[in-house]
Amino acid sequence: MILVKNANLLDGISDEIKTVDILIVDDRVEKISKEIDIKNPDVKIIDANEKLVIPTLTDIHCHLREPGFEYKEDIRSGSLSAISGGFTTICCMPNTKPPVDNRAIVAYIKYKSKEVSPIEVLPVGAITKGLKGEELAEIGFMKEEGIVAISDDGRCVMNSNIMRNAMLYAKNFSLPVISHCEDMNLSEGGQMNHGYISTILGLRGVPPEAETIMVARDILIAKETKAHIHITHVSTRESVEMIKKAKEWGINVTADTCPHYISLTEDEVLEFNTNAKVNPPLRTCEDVEALIDGLKEGVIDCITTDHAPHQKDEKNVEFSLAPSGTIGFETALSVCWTYLVKNKGFKIAHIVKLLNNNPRKIINLKPNIIKEGHAANLLILDPNKEWIVNENEIISKSKNSIFIGKKLWLSIDTVIYNGKILKEEGVLNC
Amino acid sequence: MAKHLLGLKELSKDEILKILNLARDMKVILKSETKKTPHLQGYSVVTLFYENSTRTRTSFELAAKFMSANTTSISVQTSSVQKGESLLDTIRTLEALKTDVLIIRHSISGASHYVAKNCSFSVINAGDGMNEHPTQALLDMFTIKERLGRLENLKIAIIGDIYHSRVARSNIWGLGKFENEITIYGPLTLIPPYIEKHVKIATSFKEAISDKDVIIDLRIQLERQKKGFITSKYEYYKYFGLNDDIKDVINERTLIMHPGPVNRGVEISSEIMNLPNCTIEEQVTNGIAVRMAVLYLCTRKEGTLI
Repeated sequence: MILVKNANLLDGISDEIKTVDILIVDDRVEKISKEIDIKNPDVKIIDANEKLVIPTLTDIHCHLREPGFEYKEDIRSGSLSAISGGFTTICCMPNTKPPVDNRAIVAYIKYKSKEVSPIEVLPVGAITKGLKGEELAEIGFMKEEGIVAISDDGRCVMNSNIMRNAMLYAKNFSLPVISHCEDMNLSEGGQMNHGYISTILGLRGVPPEAETIMVARDILIAKETKAHIHITHVSTRESVEMIKKAKEWGINVTADTCPHYISLTEDEVLEFNTNAKVNPPLRTCEDVEALIDGLKEGVIDCITTDHAPHQKDEKNVEFSLAPSGTIGFETALSVCWTYLVKNKGFKIAHIVKLLNNNPRKIINLKPNIIKEGHAANLLILDPNKEWIVNENEIISKSKNSIFIGKKLWLSIDTVIYNGKILKEEGVLNC
Repeated sequence: MAKHLLGLKELSKDEILKILNLARDMKVILKSETKKTPHLQGYSVVTLFYENSTRTRTSFELAAKFMSANTTSISVQTSSVQKGESLLDTIRTLEALKTDVLIIRHSISGASHYVAKNCSFSVINAGDGMNEHPTQALLDMFTIKERLGRLENLKIAIIGDIYHSRVARSNIWGLGKFENEITIYGPLTLIPPYIEKHVKIATSFKEAISDKDVIIDLRIQLERQKKGFITSKYEYYKYFGLNDDIKDVINERTLIMHPGPVNRGVEISSEIMNLPNCTIEEQVTNGIAVRMAVLYLCTRKEGTLI
């Protein structure tokens, strides 16, 4: 039994914060009430005075690198990193080795997760065999094994006819298609955003149009097929405008962006910092503002981490040879707090929607809320804690965080999932 | 702390002038019969070129030799790089071999910055990707100063493939630190975005080259044709090359410069190359003097040079 006292609770249902006590028995929330007193000496009491309690988080776009790239991350290490960042449901992308393009690999990830991960790991299957963009993967079989969406993330399905068929076929199985939008002819050789900084540094650029053109294409295919398209890691102002238009037209489109796209710009690359090399690339202030407005207006439905671990030696090379990606689990909520709540006045309830309710809706999961009788999944947060991201404190197997050295607000003190304390007072307990 | 020369972007006006003034003294040595100074005696200077080069590499090697350094050149084609050795491990090896100064050319922008961050010796950038080629721009500036007597209040045109050119970038940063009006011109496919924050983009070739103090003509790589940047060398010559048809537009006193190697009849005509104010060979000679100055400054304990 766990009793959380004096919690400022945001339950994921109402937008109001209530100060209550929460009693957890086994894996369920037994009681939420103004004042709960229990004389049982076996009850673990957590004083959450001045702290904020919200439901645990959901990330529908991350890379756990298993199978094939366990030297970067594996299901266990990635899960621990996720827990540290408050996530208890994570969807891993299929660009592993071999890729998740058949039922056996899906089954492997599901089996392995059950063995080693304290949280819910949901695989995303490939759209095409070998992520080659040529032939559709066995989407039905993969769904049977437990995929929640399909995506060729990291690559764009360049053949529009294949993409159209993928959307239609996925509809049979009620799966969203998560699209990494990138015209790979326009982006060829690109190392960062195509703009002023790329000119200064003499690096080849990826023009914003490389993304926006494919966003427009996918929206048009979704319009015709009436399938559910989810545009992931949106990075450009024009993409936001396209998605806004599509929603006005009533097209079944949803979208996400990542913490780094709403907080940082192409300026991060100025010292040839390879941790700032991400795909799509960091853009400009105007794009950051447009993305934040997009979140505010509900054009962009949720935030994903695109947690993309790469080993130190892989990133410590000449800029063009470094792989793209930043890890993201452990900083996501703090970045949203710092850049959206503190700087832009977002409501806390909105952040919970962006990192929990909305992503779950996109992949058709039941809501994760704090309610009597429901699973006890909650985070205890200290919003007044200021910290600097330190490489040595990173939990993930890889340390390639774009936020190293940055000052952020909010710490995740305690993570309770299904009644188990997985992180306590800032320290992992699993 | 080892001293580096990675680019002109990071240098101040004074630092540039310091190099150019010293290069003037070095040129005197270069013209003397013995061509030898003891300034780099005991220093080990290594050239590591990941791209082909004749003039830059030879120029650096001669500069170091004239100053009594021990020089070694590593050619990537015959080195352990072919066995898959990373740049980081190559740096470690060179450190263990007691290198004092490394002169590096690499096809990736930022490669010399990367080396400088990871080593204890001095690094001189001899060209990194599309980013910078600082000693080329310094020798161009030296040539301009020697010929025209000043480095400011000049009208300068840079013609050709600006997008891929580290020479253009270094010249824009270097000459831009002085009060100069820089105009560029070339196929719009080869003009980088937002460069107008630093230079004027001419709307016609004529406008670009008429009434200029200096024209810097860039080499066009014929491979650019494959990616659709240019159509053919013949068309390039007609519309963007310093050809005989537009020769009359060029003022007689205008310096015509080219970093070499030249594609005759593509970016410049033989006739224009033969004009008395075409400085192509002179630039090569001045390159040695400038590189001697840079080597000297990089190896002094005192003073700054980034």
